[in-house]
Amino acid sequence: MTGTVYTYAVARPFDPASLAGVRGIDGARIHLVRYRDVVAVLSALPTPGVDEAALRARLETLEELEAVARAHHAVVEAVAARSVALPLRLATLHRGDARVADALRQGYEGFCAGLDRLAGRVELGVKIHGGVRDACTADPGPSTSSPGRDYLRRLHRQRRQREGARERAGAAAREIDAALAELAIDRRHHRPQAPPLCPAGRENVLNAAYLVERRRGEEFIERARALAAHTPGMEVEVTGPWAPYSFVDTPSAPSPAAGHEDGRHT
Amino acid sequence: MSAAALDRREVALVDLLDRLLATGLVLTGDLTLAIADVDLVHISLRALVTSIGAEVGLAGPAGGRP
Repeated sequence: MTGTVYTYAVARPFDPASLAGVRGIDGARIHLVRYRDVVAVLSALPTPGVDEAALRARLETLEELEAVARAHHAVVEAVAARSVALPLRLATLHRGDARVADALRQGYEGFCAGLDRLAGRVELGVKIHGGVRDACTADPGPSTSSPGRDYLRRLHRQRRQREGARERAGAAAREIDAALAELAIDRRHHRPQAPPLCPAGRENVLNAAYLVERRRGEEFIERARALAAHTPGMEVEVTGPWAPYSFVDTPSAPSPAAGHEDGRHT
Repeated sequence: MSAAALDRREVALVDLLDRLLATGLVLTGDLTLAIADVDLVHISLRALVTSIGAEVGLAGPAGGRP
């Protein structure tokens, strides 16, 4: 391909025919570019002249962003099911396959280290929501003869209660995070999600991703559910297993977290 | 669209965007045209929050223009 190509992931070689039914951005066919024992997974952008500016403009509408994000994700998932995948950041474009091959060659050692580290492992997402905003529905307290003073006192009390609820929710989330990290090889904290994206009356107090041995995935999910059941007032939501999106930029040094096993996984 | 259906759809997309915009391998090379993630995060999350606030925008088929 000499036009603009979109790259989804770097992976270990696998049979490209197994991706025959998978389509990428705008329904394009997927193909591989290989350098030694790594491949890039890509598709041609079908529209001539598509470049960074055009794609960027397109991604500024939510509908288009969602379509591109879901297509990207579908390809990454398909690759992760067949090989070990290093997912690329959304919207990585090159001018043709040869440029992608150059990038593979330049980054070869780092890609190999990443692929070795992530083989046999999955990412699980955990979001914890606490009832921080529920706290302001508490008892207004005894009233005085001054409605203005009552109002200020009530505001003050509500703020203290909300702060207290946030502190308790944060402490509970840290405990759950620490317990889950014992089952994980690595973890990342994403930015908490904005209140409008949370369940009503709740605040996202932990938005984390854990890198877990694939065979320990069920155990991890069970642990998360058990911790949630023992923590009243908190909602624990597990997402995944995901391709290891959150762990591709990690140095290859093993973390000291429990459950880690040295050695290469194939 | 019911609140529950909206929630599920929104939550899945926002979880996906957490990963696709803030993380992911940067395939280096001087000819790479990777989009600057910071701008995109701001654009997309603003769009997401706005659309949820208005409860519009996500009911149609993905990829369609409004």
